Parts: sequence; C-alpha cells; structure tokens
Amino acid sequence: MEYGYYPGCTLKTHAKDFEKAAIEAYKKIGIELKELDKWYCCGTVYSLAKDNIIYKVASIRNLIKAQQQGFDKLVALCSMCYNTLRQAQEFMKEEENRVRINSFMDEEAKYEGIEVLHGLELLKEKFDEIKSNVEKPLGKKYAAYYGCTLLRPKSIAIDAYEKPNIMEKLIEALGGIAIEWPLKNECCGSYNIITNREAVVERTYHIIENARRNGAEAIVTSCPLCYFNLKDCQKDVKKHYAGFDEMPIYYFTELMCMAFGSKIDKCEDNKGELA
Amino acid sequence: MSNVIHIEEEENELLAKVEEISGETVTLCEQCGICTTSCPMAEEMDFTPAGIMHAVKLGDKNVLDSKAIWICASCFTCTVRCPRGIDLAKVTEALRQIHLRKNKDHVNLEEVKEEEQEENLPPIALVSALRKFTG
Amino acid sequence: MTRIGVYVCHCGGNISDVVDVEEVAQFASRLPDVVVVRSISHMCSESGQKAIIDDIREYKLDRVVVAACSPQFQGSTFEKALIKAGLNPKMVEMANIREQSAWPHYDIPDKATEKAKVLTAMAVEKIRKTKPVEREAMKIGKNTLVIGGGIAGIQASLDLANAGFNVYLVEEKPSIGGHMAQLSRTFPTEDCASCILAPKMADVADHPNIHLLTYTEILEITGSIGNFKVKLRQKPRYVDADKCTACGECEKVCPVSVPDEFNLGMTARKAIYLPSPTAVPHAHVIDEDACLGIVPLRCGECAKACEANAINYDDTPKYINLDIDTIIVATGFEIFDARKKPQYGYGRFQNVITALELERLIVESAEGHFIRPIGKDIAFIQCVGSRDKQVGNLYCSRICCMYATKLASLLKRADPSRDVYVFYTDLRAYGKGFEEYYRRAQELGVKFIRGRPGELQEDPETKKVIVRVEDTLTRKIIEKKFDLVVLSVGLVPSKGTLKIAEMLKLPRTSDGFLKEAHPKFRPVDTPIEGIFIAGTAQGPKDIPDTVAQASAAAARAMALMNKGEFELSPIKAIVYEDKCDGCGECIDACPVDAIKLNGKASINAAICKGCGSCISSCPRDAIDLKIFSDEEIMAEIESALKDKKENERRIIVFADDMCTYTLADGVGTAKMGYPANAFIIRVPSSSRVTPKMILKAFELGADGVFLGECEEAVSPFPSTLKVIKENVEKARIALKEAGIEPERIQYSPFVTVMFPKFVNLIKKLNEIASKEIPEEKRRKLHVLEVIE
Repeated sequence: MEYGYYPGCTLKTHAKDFEKAAIEAYKKIGIELKELDKWYCCGTVYSLAKDNIIYKVASIRNLIKAQQQGFDKLVALCSMCYNTLRQAQEFMKEEENRVRINSFMDEEAKYEGIEVLHGLELLKEKFDEIKSNVEKPLGKKYAAYYGCTLLRPKSIAIDAYEKPNIMEKLIEALGGIAIEWPLKNECCGSYNIITNREAVVERTYHIIENARRNGAEAIVTSCPLCYFNLKDCQKDVKKHYAGFDEMPIYYFTELMCMAFGSKIDKCEDNKGELA
Repeated sequence: MSNVIHIEEEENELLAKVEEISGETVTLCEQCGICTTSCPMAEEMDFTPAGIMHAVKLGDKNVLDSKAIWICASCFTCTVRCPRGIDLAKVTEALRQIHLRKNKDHVNLEEVKEEEQEENLPPIALVSALRKFTG
Repeated sequence: MTRIGVYVCHCGGNISDVVDVEEVAQFASRLPDVVVVRSISHMCSESGQKAIIDDIREYKLDRVVVAACSPQFQGSTFEKALIKAGLNPKMVEMANIREQSAWPHYDIPDKATEKAKVLTAMAVEKIRKTKPVEREAMKIGKNTLVIGGGIAGIQASLDLANAGFNVYLVEEKPSIGGHMAQLSRTFPTEDCASCILAPKMADVADHPNIHLLTYTEILEITGSIGNFKVKLRQKPRYVDADKCTACGECEKVCPVSVPDEFNLGMTARKAIYLPSPTAVPHAHVIDEDACLGIVPLRCGECAKACEANAINYDDTPKYINLDIDTIIVATGFEIFDARKKPQYGYGRFQNVITALELERLIVESAEGHFIRPIGKDIAFIQCVGSRDKQVGNLYCSRICCMYATKLASLLKRADPSRDVYVFYTDLRAYGKGFEEYYRRAQELGVKFIRGRPGELQEDPETKKVIVRVEDTLTRKIIEKKFDLVVLSVGLVPSKGTLKIAEMLKLPRTSDGFLKEAHPKFRPVDTPIEGIFIAGTAQGPKDIPDTVAQASAAAARAMALMNKGEFELSPIKAIVYEDKCDGCGECIDACPVDAIKLNGKASINAAICKGCGSCISSCPRDAIDLKIFSDEEIMAEIESALKDKKENERRIIVFADDMCTYTLADGVGTAKMGYPANAFIIRVPSSSRVTPKMILKAFELGADGVFLGECEEAVSPFPSTLKVIKENVEKARIALKEAGIEPERIQYSPFVTVMFPKFVNLIKKLNEIASKEIPEEKRRKLHVLEVIE
C-alpha cells in the first residue's frame, strides 16, 4: 500500500532518525511512504483566530500539492504537522470555507479533498504483520506518550481522545510491556521551551517521574517537540532535583526497528545517548 | 490593587473583541473550573483558565497583561472537557491576538537565534513559537 | 353568505404598542361578510369573551375571527365562548398577530401593522370556508396497561385500581420496585426507602384489580385509544410463585454464581435467586442464561432442595394478548454510564464508584454485610453525565445534588471522623425541605467545594484517588487523596423507554426523554390520545414528583375512561365517496394503517391521526381533512397573496402545528426578527400540503414557499417527512418546467427550540425569493396544472 508522505522540516533536520526508522519499519509491514515531490512548511500551529484565513493557507497548500500528485491519503509522522494538516482538512470540509479559500488562493489548483492520516493510524490494520516481523521482542516496560496534537481537538483525534491505546497496542505487539499512566495525553509544555524553559523543565520532571512511578523504563512518543523537550530538559531537571535518574525517550518507529532487528544504526545510537 | 472592579460600558469592549476574534460565546461559561484542573500549566499561571474566562466576561483588562495567556500552549484539554462546549483555546488565542495585532511581539527573535544554535532546537519549536508569539 | 365578527386584541399593549390595532380594525371592517368589528384591550378576559357572546346573539353572527395571540395559547378559550353562545366551537379562527407580527417585528411597526392586516384577512377568508364539524364519540372500557413497575408504575396502578379500574402492570424484571428498591434512604426526610416502598409493592400484589405481569416484555402494541391490542411474552420463571416460600434452600445448593444485578454486580447471586429481599412476587426465579441447563436438565439440585415443590423445569414462555383502553408509560431511567467519562477512571480505579453503588453499600453494611471498605476521606463529584455538552447531555438530572447531600450526610453521621467533600458546580436545593437539608449537611461538617475536577488519578501504590480541582471561589487548585470517590451520575432514558417510545411512536425531547403533549398544561399526556407518561421516563425527577406525576397520569386516564365514551379529535381525514373510485393509492400513503378499502376507501376515525399524508396520494381529490380542509387552506393562500404590490415579495410558510408553528411562536416571543413578508399557514402536518397547493401559491404571486415539519423523533405522525419530500420534489419539477428556480421551495424538519435555524432558513429563502418572477412564468404554472 502506497501513501503520500509529508515529512515536514523537523524530520529532515532534527529528527532524521525518526523518519529513517519509519520508512524502514513501514516497508517491512507492507507500507510504502512516498514523499511528496514538493512541500512547504505546514505552519506548525493551526491558527485559532476565526478571522485569520491567511494563516491557514500554508497547510492547505500542502494538501493541494498532495492532491496534484494523485494521492487521496496523505500521511504525516510529526504529530504537529499531522495536527496542522488535519485541522486544515477539517476546515476545508465546510463548503463555505472551501469556496473562500479556493478563490483566495487563485494561483493554485483548487482544493478538492484529501484525507490526512498520522503514521500511527496506518498501524491499526497491521498488527498481524507487525507481530510476524518481530525478531527481538522489546521486553521492557514502556510508557506511551501521546501529548496533545494527536488527540485534540476532538475532531482530529487518531484514537479515543481521553484514553487512547494505539501506541500501547503497538508496544505490546512488539513484545514490550505497555504501562497505564495518567499523563499520557498531557501537554509537555510545547513551544514554551523558547520563552519559558523553566516551566517545560518542570513538566518534564513531572511527566517522567509519573511514568516511572507507574513502572515505565522508557517513554515512547511520535512528536519531535515532545521528544526534544522530554529529552533535552532532563539535564536541567537533574540540576534541580538531586537523585533524578534519566529516562530514555524513543520515537515509536525506533521501537519498531529495534524489535524488527533492523540494521538502522541510528536507532541504536539514539537510544545510546541516554540509556 | 483595589478589590473593586468598576464595570463601565467601555469595558465590555474586551468581551466583544474576544468573542469576535474567537467566535466563541464567553458568557456561556458557568465557572465550574474543569478547565483549570485539566490544564497542565495552570500551576504556572497568574490567572487560572477559569479565571481568564471570568475576567473576559467582566471586561477586566488586567487579564491582557497576565502571564497566563502566554503560558497556554493550546493543548486543547480544556476545550475537550468544557461542559458548556466552549473552545477555551480559541479564547486564549484571541487574548494573545489582541496584543500581537498591536505589533507587540511576545518573543524576541534575536535572543532565540543564539539559543537555537546552542541548544539545537528542532525547527518546529522555533516556528511554532514565532507563529504563536509574534504578530 | 356568512356573518362574521372580527375582534382585534390590544393584549394590554403587547400588540397595540407595535401594531396599529385601530387600523387593523378599520381594514377588517371592509373584508367580505364581516358584520361587526371591535378592538378590545384583553380579548381573553371575561369581558372580551362576553363581547363575542353578545355580538353573536345581537348580530346573528355565525363565525368569529379573533386577531390576538397564538391559537395554541388561547384557541380553546374562544371555542368555549362560542359553545356558550350556541355556535359550533370550530367556527372561530384566530389571527396570530402577537407572536407572528407584534413581537417578531416589534422594531418595524409599519410592517407589523401591514402584516397584521394580512393575517386578519387570511383568518376571515379561512373561516368563511369553514364548515361546522359535528362532535364524534367512541365507546371506551376501563382497562389500563401500566408499563414499568417502578414507583411511578406502582403508584399509578394503585390509584387506578383503587378507583375501580382494571390494571395490567407489566414489568420486564422478575420483581417490581424499580430503582427506589435499591436506595438506602430518601432525601430530605431520610426515610428508609425500601421500608416505605415494600408495603406499596405488597398492595400491588394483593390488589384484586391489578394483574401483575412480571418478567414480561411487550412484543407489540397496535390500535388506538379504547382499542389497543397488546401482545406480551412472559418469560418462564421455572419457579411457581404461588408455591415458593422464598425459604432460600435452593440457593444453598445451586452451584452457579453470577454477579447480582440488584447490588450492581458488587456481590454474587446464584442462578436461582430471590431478586431482592422485598421482591414482589416474593418468590425465587431461575436465571435460565446462568443455570447449567434446564432443557435438558443438567443439575436439578434446586428441585431436590425445594420442600414446597415449587420448581417446575417444564415452565415455558407465556404469550398473552390484552385488549386495553388506555396506557401509562412508566419505563423509568438508567444511570449514566460513567465509563463514558474515562478521565474519571470508573471501572479502572478500584476506589471510584457510582452513587448508586454507594446506596447499595450503605444498605448492605447496615444489614451487616461487608462488601468493601468505604474509608475516611470521601469525595463526591457532581454532574457526571449531566450538564455536559461533551457527552451530549445538556440537562440537569435534578436529583444528584440532593442524593449526594444525603449520602454525604449518612456517611458523616455514621462516622463523624470522616472527611467528606462534595465537589459541585451549582448546588440545586430547590425542593420542599431541600435547602434545610443542605444546611443540616453543612452543620454535620460535609464540605461543599465549588469546582469540577477535570480528571482523577490513582496512586499506583496506595490505590487512593487523587482529586485535583480548582476551588473556583478562591481560584486555588486543591489536591487531595481520597479513599473513595463517588461519582454523582446523572439519569438517562432507560432502554425500555426508548423501546416503548419507538413502538408507540411517542415523540421525545432533545434530551431523549419522552415529550409531554404540552409542557405546562398537559404535563402527563402524550400527543397520542389515551397514552400517558409518569415518572422519569418523561425526565429526571425525584420520588415525590414521580409519585405526583403517576397519580396525575392515573387521574387523566380515569377521566378519559370514566364516562364510558370519549370525544374524537375533529382533525380527521374524510373520503368523498362520490369522487373515490377505490384505487387504493391512499392505503399505502397512510402511515398508521387507518384506511381500509371496502369498494371505496374508508377511514377509521379512532386510528386516523389527521396528518393528511393521504391527501396528495389521491389522484381524484377524493380525500380531504375535515378541519384544515383544502378549501380553507386555499382561501388562506389566496388571501395571503392578495394585493401584493409591484416590488413586494411574499413567502408562504406552512407550519405543522406540533413543531414548526410552536417554534414560530417561540421565535416571536423571543422577539427574534425574521422577514416580515413571511406568512405562516398552520397545518396539522406539512404532509397535507399538496404539490398543487404549492404551485397555486406561486401562480397567485408567492415568491417562495417553505414547509416546516416536526423532526421524525418528536413528530406525532410517523414518516410524514418522506411524503413532504416527495411532494416538494414534484412541485420543484413543475416549477423548473415553468422556468422558475426550484430552490424557491424549501422544507426542513424542526424541533420547537430551533430558533436560529428557523430564522436563518426563512432569511435564506427570502434571499432566494428576492428576484422577481415574471408573470408569464407564473401563468405557465396554471397551464401545467390544467394539463395534469
């Protein structure tokens, strides 16, 4: 099965490993991620002001690019890209908005409709293939961390928005143990890292300690910003809280590669940084 | 600071402006506080989310100078829990927009650039902060 | 020639402050057949009515038009005045110049006055065509079916039976008693619930006029008032209730344990069991799904243990047919499924329970049965599943504030060292003695904190529940660990309520509960004659309200049955035999099977609901309604479009009486404006509006036509929307042929509270209708019609 794939800026720079692992692991279970020939920044955050049409254009332009390339489904791996593109899709479902945007962006082809999916959603039908590819069962206890952008607002949720479990199912399929914990869909502090690092450090401490108390040995995420915040802030946490033990953070695709016995070096490296 | 809020005609401007930008009906708020306890950042805030809603309803412009509206990371937890169906993320965004549309940025690009090099920030962190915190 | 009196009401300024009532009166005096016109301050007052009665006598009036408020509001007042004066009550028509003119168009008084004139003219033209309808009565017996054996059904049954009526009380569970039997104590008096209920349950079992049918489901109900045919299936109990002494020996030997539903699964019962300690019938029952096997018998221990020889493995289902005259629906509620709020952890956290579970814990522990610890630190969380748009329940469940207050008080009194919190949003202590009860709970030391928690967390080690909540009065976030968190779950309609609603075609309100015929004046009637509602099937309520409503429903049923005959609604279909050729097209069109073919079509007046769906199906115009006849409605259409000016546009809005008309009244009362050139014609259902009528309206000058109808879920008539859709399609095709935009005909389902939707749709149609239709196109419609 082939899908249009939107990487976004972070998967080409800071989170290259996330992408590499994804393409490799998905190939094994019969999913081809075909990168768009041309794509732009998604906008990263979806504009919430009612009157702010121009801010929505960036994400819609990407949907049009995918549509022009003949895809009816577009997959994102970065949670933030997924959120922004998917909210744009929801926005364009309203006829009124479609007419308005299409006439506003008259240099582009008209938007007709495309389905935005997150990489995790593709796995819902693939658990048999995932299980049959496992060569090195994970074994450890993992806390699935969804954060915000896969689940909210309700209209874009990839799973039950209050109690998702798709990542837990993946962890179990890969031979790991998925722990249950209350903070799995709480915000990491997001872009506060730029303006209010202290607050994000506090969040990191809170989230990691909660995962640990509930039995986790590592945290799994699909958002490069969650990943960065949880990982990078641990050194600050250590300064504030004596005796704080570091906690490894993984992308879910890295876990797949590890369990599949894939040869992607970077996967191992990633883990090595903290574990 | 006086503990009397004088409600005068002109102060309803805030409510009108917020409702216009957000498209939400702030007066629907019944002050149950579910937003506050759903908010992962509430402890850092000088106005709790329910407090923000109340201030907007009353037209208390102090809320515009609060730290809270910049701490909100639009995680939408309040939105999916509000029993009255108010999209609080949009209300807070409207308060930020009132600032930003006066060309008052909340983040200084120069300072961030230095930090970026140092910390190797992922681009989404930078872009999202700029989108949220600049006009 | 008729003789009409027209009365224009000021409504004490409500009308006359906006509408120039004298101008309307002047205008009315020039209308055909009008003999006398008066403008009076309050037409509904005794002096207003007297003026009508005096004029009828003095001027020999045979028809009356009252230009005042909504006929839904005061229609019956003037009908009674006509009866006093010796006229047929249907010879009065109301022009609704308050809700349809003075109120919605209060800001444009000139247009309001012009509209009031047209509305008055429409009423005059309609009444000119109205024919007197003779009263029709049918025989009725004294048998009532009461559905549901909770406190509502019990009370209604006892009232009816004590008054000498025959009651069939049907309960699907093996015992009556309902939710009340599960409760600890009742608020605010703190009576022991089962102690006050048990004697009533026993009375039901003993009453010679009550036929108690437990463990019985309703398969089918057909027919109508005075002639309901009910089919029931009684499940096999496998225990002869007359022989069983409820000694319990059988339970001791039964090898099967399953969760006990009476204790909400917190304890176990055997496959043979007594449904509750006060069960009525007071006899055991075998749960055939749980039993190891009855056919063929795989165990048989219970029969060996039974000294009374009460066990009968050969028991079979019984099918029972009843002839019933009236029905009381008392199908009750279920508690909100707390799993739908996963953030509260119900079902995952061992120390989060529902309030109903706590009721059982308190009762069981009072009797010395220890099920689980309750602990010292206890929190109640209010409004779980109520007042919550996120789960789709906007309503207040009305009883949770007080039951939480009660349970908190009971816990605190049993052990004053307990720390008991109630987290609430608004505390509603509205009933008799409630506020005092709330105060007593506060005196006991129960802490009421104003705030609603977003989610609960379980301490992984201690399993205590962590509650984080904003104390919204101090704006501080409180965090505390509790031994037990009790969710004050709201009420939702029971599955039985939904099933019976569907079976009987009973409309429901947007909250899902059964809809009363009128929210103020017919609170226990349904829109279907002979069917009444009692208790929580109609909406959340406490025990006293339930009992009051049950007695009211019983009284309403008695009032219908006591005379031995009842009057039929005059809104019925009628067949003109001279035109009918017996083709039978109407039979399929009738949604309630009221039409039979005996050479020609004939209508069973007891079944016919008067929707008029059949009218457009008849190729020979042989069917009509007795009231709201073709002639009357055509007269209204013509009159609404008469004297239309060059650049004026007019819209005809057909409004079904049950939803759209009431909705338009509501829009008017809310003073929400809509285009003043929209003229509302009241019909029992828009399905009675034929394509011919719609086209005639365009031919006569209408620029748009709108048909409003009840949403299927609340409609008193089944499947009328389908008919409306077909009729609209036909009319649109004809418009297209004549070169007129088909979108000028619009229709929509409504419920009575959709104010903005109504206003927006009318505004939208008005925009579509703003372009002029050339006269020759209108004339083409006439030609088309002739060809058809």
